[in-house]
Amino acid sequence: MRQLADALLVTLLGVDPATWPYAWVVYGAVMLASAALAMTFVALFAGPVTVVERRVAGRMMSRIGPNRVGPQGVIQWLADGLKCFLKEDLIPDAADRPLFRLAPYLVFGGMFGTFVVLPFGAHLVAADLNVGVLYLFAISSIVVVGILAAGWSSNSKWGLFGAFRSAAQIISYEVPSALSALTVVLFAGTLSLQGIIREQGGMPWDWFVVRTPFTFAAFFLFFTSALAEGNRTPFDLPEAESELVAGYHTEYSGMRFLFFLFAEWANLWIMSAVATACFLGGWNIPGVSPATIDSATGLSFWGLQLLSFIVFAAKTSALVFIVIQLRWTLPRLRIDQLLEMCWKYLVPLSFACLLGVMIWAWGVTVGSLVDLGMRLVMTCVGAGIAFHYARRVRFNYMADRDNYLKMTGKELWYPPYRLP
Amino acid sequence: MLEPKAVPIDGMLRINMGPQHPATHGVISFIVETDGEVMRKATADVGFLHRGVEKMAEITSYPGFMPYTDRVDYLASMFANHGYAMAVEKLLGVEVPKKAEWLRVIADELNRIASHLVATGTMAMDLGAFTPFTHWIRERESINDFMEHICGARLTYNYMRVGGVCADWPVGLSEKILVWLDHFEPIIEEFNRLITGNEIFIRRLANVAVIPAELAIDWALSGPNLRASGVPFDLRRSEPYSIYPELQFDVPVGQGTQGTVGDSYDRFWVRILEMRESCRILRQLLAGIPEGDFKAKVARTLKVPAGEVYSKVESARGEIGYFLVADGSDRPVRVKIRTGSFTAVALIEPISPGLMLADLVAVIGSLDIVAPEIDR
Repeated sequence: MRQLADALLVTLLGVDPATWPYAWVVYGAVMLASAALAMTFVALFAGPVTVVERRVAGRMMSRIGPNRVGPQGVIQWLADGLKCFLKEDLIPDAADRPLFRLAPYLVFGGMFGTFVVLPFGAHLVAADLNVGVLYLFAISSIVVVGILAAGWSSNSKWGLFGAFRSAAQIISYEVPSALSALTVVLFAGTLSLQGIIREQGGMPWDWFVVRTPFTFAAFFLFFTSALAEGNRTPFDLPEAESELVAGYHTEYSGMRFLFFLFAEWANLWIMSAVATACFLGGWNIPGVSPATIDSATGLSFWGLQLLSFIVFAAKTSALVFIVIQLRWTLPRLRIDQLLEMCWKYLVPLSFACLLGVMIWAWGVTVGSLVDLGMRLVMTCVGAGIAFHYARRVRFNYMADRDNYLKMTGKELWYPPYRLP
Repeated sequence: MLEPKAVPIDGMLRINMGPQHPATHGVISFIVETDGEVMRKATADVGFLHRGVEKMAEITSYPGFMPYTDRVDYLASMFANHGYAMAVEKLLGVEVPKKAEWLRVIADELNRIASHLVATGTMAMDLGAFTPFTHWIRERESINDFMEHICGARLTYNYMRVGGVCADWPVGLSEKILVWLDHFEPIIEEFNRLITGNEIFIRRLANVAVIPAELAIDWALSGPNLRASGVPFDLRRSEPYSIYPELQFDVPVGQGTQGTVGDSYDRFWVRILEMRESCRILRQLLAGIPEGDFKAKVARTLKVPAGEVYSKVESARGEIGYFLVADGSDRPVRVKIRTGSFTAVALIEPISPGLMLADLVAVIGSLDIVAPEIDR
């Protein structure tokens, strides 16, 4: 953000930030603006993604989904939000009132805090902390406190069950997700998210995910653990609607309820963005090195910023889409299976990955023949997996379409390949 | 701090799961005593949906009770119709025309598929997979359309009459059903691809809540639940009624495909296999519906000779039986309905200790409990 503010000063006011005495005013204003921007971004992401998720779910379930508010239901989320604002704010008689009111803000705060270090583009980041990854894992743990507070204070047995499940789950899965994120920290030699991204390149074979088989495995470990931390299916036990009614937010209504859902959907972006930043090359534009972006001035600087944001958002959205698809495909694990999977498989495996990366980083020099060969092999493997995934999706889509055509004599209600 | 209301009882937490709870498939309640996530005991608390159907029979004429039987099990009302019609026919000594028998069995088997679609679909939904459920509901919609053609109703059919069925077979419906069967059988494979073979799904069901054959027989379990425990008892085969002796079909039993015989997965898998068998039966029946009357000549006001009779049919949820006592007037003296869900729900108490809370949901789903059938 500092560079961005400097660039603003140079471009708009034509002063030198190093010597200009009022630079701090501009810095402060940029900080506030970036907080507001991040907030707006969260809202503008979490809202529409609910509609996208419901439309995707609808398509997968051979029903339509919301399509009434606005063209194709695109502003359904505004209607939903407005509805929740207007609902009566109920607090159960037996609830612990202060804690009950506090809990949604803790959950929201823990979620929003991560946006401090989350990059959106080459210099589009609120603060490039040198302990970025550590901060990320620390601040997102506040969510657990909020969830526990919500479940406990609402004084409902279902809420309590949900809260304890959630605490056990999130704290357990912090371990493998942090360990697998550490693999890239070892590679990059920095905890800063921007630093990690700068160590990668724009082309797929420069990404950390294909550098070694260990980071490749760590990516999947991280993704699985992030799913569990975000309470997404198949790990959505804390709010398992068929077992615990609604889990920790059973007793919440109106605006407070919305805060929980808001945090959950924003979390979709967070986990996908962290995975993109750590493993999938972040905002790196293919063919443009980070140094080129740094040294660019004027219009080309801003153009590259925008381009890097687009690259980052595209990668992250692809991951978000996969998470949504997973949610509507898989059933839910049981709590003992969930913890067993974490402690018996994910934790040892992520340790193994960490160890493997250590040995690799010690033994193989970057740019050597072994390094390049491994990159080539892993890129092919990754591309194969991506291709297979896309082919299965297309196969199922075609099967569905043929079926519909056979039974009704009509085409599917969505033209093919349009975003549902 | 407030005193938490979740007071432990003898070191355990007592939770009231229901009568309004998303997992209990209707208005039933389970009083669950848990030690954390592990259940010590789950007791079914039934009776919330008691409507006095059996008492209504005593103040209604014989044909007039037929619509009430629809409400005994709203997901499989054709069987309740069939059992009652057979009970009255036995007392009256009416010979049902051949065509009526065929139409009855076609309707039964369509209804069996529809009921198993809901059973397996909600089971997947209870385990967190929503998509298979909506796919099955889509298929069930076609069956509802057929039922509408057959008898004018989509849920509470009131199709059968004493001595036959209410209407003749619609022209051209057989072809439509055959087209649908061609479409539906591959869809079962698609469903298996989506959920049946899913590793998480198998792990949630295999070896969970095993009901051994002896326990199942002791607790008078019937229908797919009993067959899942490895007992090849199907009323259509063991004590054949209607035209079932003339039909070719297998009785699938639980074989412990993914774990132990009689576990929740077997109960799920047996239902999938039964749908295939029903498709087979339907193909045989639709190949040639005999000519003739669809209803025997029966007086409008029935005076049933004094006597007692018990008639039973194989419903989608096990044996549905009618014990009928007549005294020669136009109203029954007593009607007792025996249903499969009632025995199944009683079995939850002995098998629940040691299961997880999430397993209870799987068990309720796998036993295919429907609340109105329990309470009547």
